[in-house]
Amino acid sequence: MLNKIWFAMITVGMVVAAINGRMEEVSVAILQSAEESVRIVIKLIGPMSLWLGLMKLAEESGLVQGLAKLFKPVAKILFPKIPTDHPALGSIMMNLSANLLGLGNSATPLGIKAMHQLQSLNNKSETASDAMCTFLVINTSGLTLIPTTILALRAGAGSINPTEIVGTTLFATACSTIAGVIINKLLIKVGRSKL
Amino acid sequence: MIDLINLISEWAIPVVIFFILSISFYRGIKVYDVFVEGAVEGLATGIKIIPYLLAMLVAIGVFRSSGALDLILDLVAIPLQRVGIPKEVIPLSLIRPLSGTGALGFVTDLINQYGPDSFIGRLASTMQGSTETTFYVVTVYFGAIGIKNTRHAIAAGLVADFVGFIAAVFICQLVFG
Repeated sequence: MLNKIWFAMITVGMVVAAINGRMEEVSVAILQSAEESVRIVIKLIGPMSLWLGLMKLAEESGLVQGLAKLFKPVAKILFPKIPTDHPALGSIMMNLSANLLGLGNSATPLGIKAMHQLQSLNNKSETASDAMCTFLVINTSGLTLIPTTILALRAGAGSINPTEIVGTTLFATACSTIAGVIINKLLIKVGRSKL
Repeated sequence: MIDLINLISEWAIPVVIFFILSISFYRGIKVYDVFVEGAVEGLATGIKIIPYLLAMLVAIGVFRSSGALDLILDLVAIPLQRVGIPKEVIPLSLIRPLSGTGALGFVTDLINQYGPDSFIGRLASTMQGSTETTFYVVTVYFGAIGIKNTRHAIAAGLVADFVGFIAAVFICQLVFG
């Protein structure tokens, strides 16, 4: 999938640029994006090291396993193939909590940690497992209770009531997450019947 | 309400760190040693993500700067307006899954132009807050563990984004319309 998407985005872009006469913008964008990718990762490395350190402590002290147990009822439905006391479930729960609280910078490292643990259960290491797809979809659907960035933006723009969008955001993100989880389950089934 | 939310945001991380540290210390773990041992993996994971993110950002950069995104926008604008999505926020629905900073910039423009408490301002805020940058999440999460075959994950993520946008329009019309 990514091979096709990647190839299509670049080639379609270049053809369109040739027609529009926007090659200069494209060549600037190529180098800027290359720079940007490293800048993003550098920003990510700090919080990631912090949370990986804390997660190591949480694992050794048994906290992650405890969280995994709390998460059991939901995990059974969302991640039926993961053993219910597996540390991956604890990391997933930490990631979801960070997302719900709107702590994006912490959610990403915790999500990566969860992916690493899911990888240890995956028997084809270059192909995403069912659980990985489910976890990814929940994350891309933007599940949150407190949309921190947008609240700050609204307050900064002088909104009389910056938080009035919290309710509507919650509704929209809930719809998106539920739809994502359902379509993901369906696609897992479709994929299996093809084999 | 904003005070409570600010309070939660300010306290969450310190409280979690305090909690993890005190339990670990109480259970006799050498907290500093173990923390450092875990944190050391951060750099390697970050470096592993770079090629994946670079490839994705370059493709998105080419696609946006060439005007290809605007072309698609022209194609989908009419059917989306038919469904009742205001034309001001339609570009946001295409940019949002591709670029987090791009989408945030677009929302900032809308809020500055129409005001944070206008219908467009509220709708754009809801849309931005309720979805994630799907391509970034896929690239970073799968890149970190070397997944090359993403199966249906991108498709499912994009469907979820689309449902989120429709839901945002629906609920905003109901509440603020």
